[in-house]
Amino acid sequence: MWGILRQKVVAGGSPLVRIRPVVSALRSYSSAAKEMMVRDALNSALDEEMSADPKVFLMGEEVGEYQGAYKISKGLLDKYGPERVLDTPITEAGFTGIGVGAAYYGLKPVVEFMTFNFSMQAIDHIINSAAKSNYMSAGQMPVPIVFRGPNGAAAGVGAQHSHCYAAWYASCPGLKVLAPYNSEDARGLLKAAIRDPDPVVFLENELLYGESFPVSAEALDSSFCLPIGKAKIEREGKDVTITAFSKMVGFSLKAADILAKEGISAEVINLRSIRPLDRATINASVRKTNRLVTVEEGFPQHGIGAEICTSVIEDSFGYLDAPVERISGADVPMPYAANLERMAVPQVEDIVRAAKRACYRARPMAAVA
Amino acid sequence: MSSSPSSARWPSCAGWRSPPIPSTRRNSSVDSATCTTARKLWPIGMEAAITKKDCIITAYRDHCTFLGRGGTLLQVFSELMGRKDGCSKGKGGSMHFYKKDANFYGGHGIVGAQVPLGCGLAFAQKYSKDETVTFALYGDGAANQGQLFEALNISALWDLPAILVCENNHYGMGTAEWRAAKSPSYYKRGDYVPGLKVDGMDALAVKQACKFAKEHALKNGPIILEMDTYRYHGHSMSDPGSTYRTRDEISGVRQERDPIERVRKLILSHDLATEKELKDIEKEIRKEVDEAIAQAKESPMPDPSELFTNVYAKGYGAEKGEEGGAPGGEKGQRLQMNLCHGDITAPDCKEWLGPWGNH
Repeated sequence: MWGILRQKVVAGGSPLVRIRPVVSALRSYSSAAKEMMVRDALNSALDEEMSADPKVFLMGEEVGEYQGAYKISKGLLDKYGPERVLDTPITEAGFTGIGVGAAYYGLKPVVEFMTFNFSMQAIDHIINSAAKSNYMSAGQMPVPIVFRGPNGAAAGVGAQHSHCYAAWYASCPGLKVLAPYNSEDARGLLKAAIRDPDPVVFLENELLYGESFPVSAEALDSSFCLPIGKAKIEREGKDVTITAFSKMVGFSLKAADILAKEGISAEVINLRSIRPLDRATINASVRKTNRLVTVEEGFPQHGIGAEICTSVIEDSFGYLDAPVERISGADVPMPYAANLERMAVPQVEDIVRAAKRACYRARPMAAVA
Repeated sequence: MSSSPSSARWPSCAGWRSPPIPSTRRNSSVDSATCTTARKLWPIGMEAAITKKDCIITAYRDHCTFLGRGGTLLQVFSELMGRKDGCSKGKGGSMHFYKKDANFYGGHGIVGAQVPLGCGLAFAQKYSKDETVTFALYGDGAANQGQLFEALNISALWDLPAILVCENNHYGMGTAEWRAAKSPSYYKRGDYVPGLKVDGMDALAVKQACKFAKEHALKNGPIILEMDTYRYHGHSMSDPGSTYRTRDEISGVRQERDPIERVRKLILSHDLATEKELKDIEKEIRKEVDEAIAQAKESPMPDPSELFTNVYAKGYGAEKGEEGGAPGGEKGQRLQMNLCHGDITAPDCKEWLGPWGNH
C-alpha cells in the first residue's frame, strides 16, 4: 500500500488513471537498489511511451504475436492491439519506407530491425527519406521516427550478422544515434528517442538484453528521460580516459578495476550518444587525465574511435601526454570459430594493455638518447 | 468551363510547354529541373477529383504537382534558382518541393522510394481514421523497383487507402519500357491488387479514374492506376531526348495526343469560350510566369547561416528545445583551440564556418 502511494507521488502528483505497464518494474520500494534487465527496461519504456502518446506505434518482424524476436515487445500486442503493434513481412525496404511515410504524416513510428544488419536493406529510407527530409524541406518535414534493434556482434552468428553500424549512421547529419549500455540508459534513452521529433537510430546489443543492472527510483518513473547528446562518466579517474559505448562500457569498467590494482586510475566514459557526440565531456576528461583510449567493437577504419581521437587532437592537443589509442574490432569480416571470434572483438585485456601503453608513454625523449 | 480554382490551374501548365525552364545548377544527368511538360497536365485532372486532405507524393518531377497543390510560381522558380523565396528556401532544389499544409509530401530523388513512403502516408491516414487517401506517383522506370512490391504487399494485407499511380511515359530516362519491363502492362503488375489503365493525356478521363480510385481505396484497399502519357523533352537538361527515339515519334504524339490541345478543342467545340478568350488566358498566364521568373531572379540567395539550420527539428537534448543546428553548433559544445599552439589552419575569411558551423 505504501509503495503504491509513493508511486502516485513520484508520477507527478496528479491522480491520472494510467494503464500500468505490463512488465511492472514498480514492485515495492525498498532501500536496496532495484535490479532490472535491459530487455525489461526497453519493454517498459516502449509500454510507457505508447501509453502516453496514441501516435506511437511499433512495427517490425515478429514484434506482435511472437512477442518480439528477443522478447523486447512482450505483452504489447495484447495491451495495445494489432493496430498499434504490427507484424511485418520480411521486407525491410518496404516496411521502413512505410514507417517513414507515417512519420511524414505526423505519427511516431518505432521501427524494429531484427538486427541492424538487415537495416542495410532499408538504409536508403533511413538516410535519404528520413535523415535529410527536414533539411531539404527547410523545416517543413520533420521525421519523428525511431529505428531500433540489436547492433554489432552477438555470439557465433557469423560475418553477416555481426556488423556494427554505429559509424555508418553517426556520420550522417540529420540522424541522432544512441547506444545504451545499462537498463537506466535503455529506459531513459529510448523514451527520449521516441519523444524526439527527429529520426533516431537506437543501437541496442543482443548480449546485454539479459543482463541486469540496478535502477534508481527516478529511472523507474514514467516521466524519466535522459538527454540526447550527453555522455555519462561511469567511473571517475585521473590517469587515463577510456571512452566506450554499449557492451564495451562493461568491458571498460572491468578493465578499470584491473588497472586500479596496478595503480592506474581510469576514467570510463559511457558515450550514450554517438551522434551528437558529447565532445565537451570527452575533451574535459582528457584535459584532466591527459591520455585517451577509445574502445569500440566495430571495424577500425572510419570508426567511432577515429572520430573521437580526431576531436581530441583538434580541441585538446596541448593537453595530451601520450598518443591517442583506439581499440576496435579486427579489420576482418567476423569469423565463426569461437577462438577467432574472440580475437576479432576487443577483450578486457586489450583495453588494459592499451591503457597501460598510454600511461607508460610519458618517458621523456632525452632518456632514450 | 467553370472558373473554379482548379480549372484556372489548367492553363498555367501551358506556360510549361516551351521552353524548358533551365536550372542554374550543374548540368548533371540527375538534374531534372525541366522537362515537366505535357505529361504533367494530368495531375490537374487528379486535383479535380480529390481534396487537399488527400495526400500526394511523387518523385523528382514535382513542379506541376506542387503547383496543383496550391504552390505559387514564385516559389517554384525561386527554388529552381536556389533562392530564399523558394518553397524549400533554396535548400531542396528542383527535386525537393514540398507543401505539407496541402498534404503534398514531395519531391523525392531516389527512384521508387516514394512508393513505400506513400503507402506509409496511407497507413497514417487509416490509423488516424481520416477517411482520406494517398496518391503515390511513380514512373514506368520505377515500376520495376522491388520496394514497390514490398509496399504493395503490405498495403494489400493491411487494406491501406493507397492509390499507386504509374505515370507511364514509356521511357525510363533513355530506356524504352519494352527494354526494361518484361511486362509493360503496369496496371496488371499488382497481381492481387486491381489496376486500371487510363489515357493520361485526357484530363477528364484522369479525373474520373481518380474519383473511382479514391472510392475504391477507401473501401477495399490499394489500387493501381496506369496513366498512359508521354515525355516530349529529354529526361533532364543533359539529355537531348532524341538519341533513343525518333523526332517523328515525338511530333506525332504532340500533334495527336497533346492534352492541352484536347482540352482546347473541347472548350471550343462546346462553345465554353472563344479562341480569343483562350488566347487571352494564355497570354495572361505567360505574363504571370514571366513576372514570377523576374521576381525570382531578384530573390536573394539564402544567408550563409542557413547552411547549418534545419539539420534537426530540435537541438540535441530533450532539455534544450531550441532550433536545431549542427552538432557542435553551440559554442559550449566545441572547446576553444589552445591558442598558445597557434591556429595555423583557420583561413582568414570571416565567412569560414568550419565543418560544424562554429569555427
